[in-house]
Amino acid sequence: MKVLVAVKRVIDYNVKIRVKPDNSDVDLTNVKMAMNPFCEIAVEEAVRLKERGVATEVVAVTVGPKAAQEQLRTALALGADRAIHVQTDERVESLGAAKALAKVVEEEQPELVILGKQAIDSDNNQTGQMLAALTGRAQGTFASAVEVEGDALKVTREIDGGLQTVSLALPAIVTTDLRLNEPRYAKLPDIMKAKKKPLDVKTPEELGVEVASRLKLVRVEPPAERQGGVKVGSVDELVDKLKNEAKVIS
Amino acid sequence: MSILVLAEHHDGQLAGATAHVVAAAQQIGGDIDVLVAGENVGAIAEAAAKLDGVSRVRVADAAVYAHQLAEPMGELLAGLADDYSHVLAVASTTGKNVMPRLAALKDVAQLSEIIAVESADTFKRPIYAGNAIATVQSEDALKVVTVRATAFDAVGETGSAGVEAVEAVVDNALSSFVGEELAESDRPELGAAKVVVSGGRGMGSGDNFKLLEGIADKLGAAIGASRAAVDAGFVPNDMQVGQTGKIVAPELYIAVGISGAIQHLAGMKDSKVIVAINKDEEAPIFQVADYGLVGDLFEILPELESKL
Ligand SMILES: Cc1cc2nc3c(=O)[nH]c(=O)nc-3n(C[C@H](O)[C@H](O)[C@H](O)COP(=O)(O)OP(=O)(O)OC[C@H]3O[C@@H](n4cnc5c(N)ncnc54)[C@H](O)[C@@H]3O)c2cc1C
Ligand SMILES: Cc1cc2nc3c(=O)[nH]c(=O)nc-3n(C[C@H](O)[C@H](O)[C@H](O)COP(=O)(O)OP(=O)(O)OC[C@H]3O[C@@H](n4cnc5c(N)ncnc54)[C@H](O)[C@@H]3O)c2cc1C
Repeated sequence: MKVLVAVKRVIDYNVKIRVKPDNSDVDLTNVKMAMNPFCEIAVEEAVRLKERGVATEVVAVTVGPKAAQEQLRTALALGADRAIHVQTDERVESLGAAKALAKVVEEEQPELVILGKQAIDSDNNQTGQMLAALTGRAQGTFASAVEVEGDALKVTREIDGGLQTVSLALPAIVTTDLRLNEPRYAKLPDIMKAKKKPLDVKTPEELGVEVASRLKLVRVEPPAERQGGVKVGSVDELVDKLKNEAKVIS
Repeated sequence: MSILVLAEHHDGQLAGATAHVVAAAQQIGGDIDVLVAGENVGAIAEAAAKLDGVSRVRVADAAVYAHQLAEPMGELLAGLADDYSHVLAVASTTGKNVMPRLAALKDVAQLSEIIAVESADTFKRPIYAGNAIATVQSEDALKVVTVRATAFDAVGETGSAGVEAVEAVVDNALSSFVGEELAESDRPELGAAKVVVSGGRGMGSGDNFKLLEGIADKLGAAIGASRAAVDAGFVPNDMQVGQTGKIVAPELYIAVGISGAIQHLAGMKDSKVIVAINKDEEAPIFQVADYGLVGDLFEILPELESKL
């Protein structure tokens, strides 16, 4: 079966972001960018399906600026066979990304689409669910285990109280949680080989979709800073402070 | 304006978080309906009818909604949404699963995990693991919103709204429920507890979490964990606090053997009082802690338990 994996270029998760002085947005100039960690897990899962002989082809796709091709090359180095870049400089939000991805799904007809459960910049946690709705497919979100069983897909989902297992009709959409797998690192020879793998560039206009943002970003501000507190010297002092100063225990 | 709030419920009980979402709906203003969807949910609907500010409870009681799978829930909500200006749900794993599906079916953007209502179309929400707060305005006719429950105080329970059945029942050929493994615990729910005691990689093993249990018992606390502790297999995943786990804001949060990575802080830094216990005095957790105690947790925890 063919597997499509959506990857997103985001700020590296180790970077601490700063808000622009004019409060218009966060400042991403010269900030290290990387593949969204949940998307790395999505790529890994697809590649493992291929290694197990379940998937026949893995296609990576991104919606974003020219620079996002770096993340597609990473996906190719990790084992994807080819890549599709829907190139746009718009500020694409989840619905726009899902619409572009839905067009790619229509063209490519993958049996399975794997996305990250959330992007660590916007923390939206929407795109996979929206793609499922737009394509009329079943969704297995926050997956910690995925198993193909004939023409159904068994997905174990991380939910608030524990784990839930659902069976989905294929073709289906899956979004990854952290514990689905541990992604590999790309090896140098694979990075070299990835440069020669096919990468198709399309525009939203060619796909006939509108990806521009429908939400207006009015203002971005830093969160209220916590005042750094004090160090206490002993358990007795801690208990005393909690009882008599903070008054949070009795 | 009229607002539909999707009730959160588990094990036949209305979840406390619903009352917080109704409070967010009150801040938007307008008539508030609550939708209870599930199987045999009569008692839940009655509990929802008591929430202050609710004008009507709508009940979709059918086997197809039993596990609140996203496919039928999305369709049910899409069928009802035309009567409303806003549809709100808790930013729980259920709300996060279902609401984007509704939004896409209605061709509108979704606002995820709002923490403040500025006006009927403008909201604040954290981005970048809470390291920035965005004020976002939606121009869509229908606003689909998930709400961070801890950011709003719950409404009271002195109401008596009418309860009405939703007759239309949707089909679901796409997905089916296979099973679930739910953690059982006598402790308060992490998201609702007044005190949370969390352990990190520094705990060293799952067995050592017993050191936290004695303290949690004395304080009536819930027990949480960092991702490193979950990944190491010390405790199950539903105990994870952070950007990609649960968001908590208790009166008192005690972080034990947790370094204070931004992804962990994203889940607990709105706690009223934070205590950190860590042997490394440079650990970043001390930068957000009101009270820091530097030392070996294996010595500190038994002493703390005995002195509470
Ligand atoms: C209020 C607001 C403020 C914003 N501010 C900024 C900003 O300051 N800077 C900025 O650069 N952007 C900004 N954006 C855009 C935003 O970061 C995301 O690009 C957008 O919301 C896309 O959805 P998501 O990443 O949140 O999707 P999520 O639903 O969180 O992502 C889940 C998964 O969907 C897939 N996916 C998502 N987007 C793509 C994509 N483009 N291509 C391929 N796969 C994808 C990935 O697999 C990802 O793991 C903003 C958006 C909004 C609504
Ligand atoms: C996309 C993404 C999402 C993530 N989401 C989350 C999330 O939701 N929640 C989360 O928690 N993390 C999350 N993480 C992981 C996060 O980056 C950190 O790796 C994690 O929080 C570290 O856990 P820790 O503090 O327990 O472990 P460590 O960083 O290893 O810290 C252990 C601490 O214990 C102390 N210690 C050790 N022994 C003792 C002792 N005997 N006595 C006292 N102190 C001791 C050490 O000094 C150290 O500070 C995420 C990461 C990514 C990439």
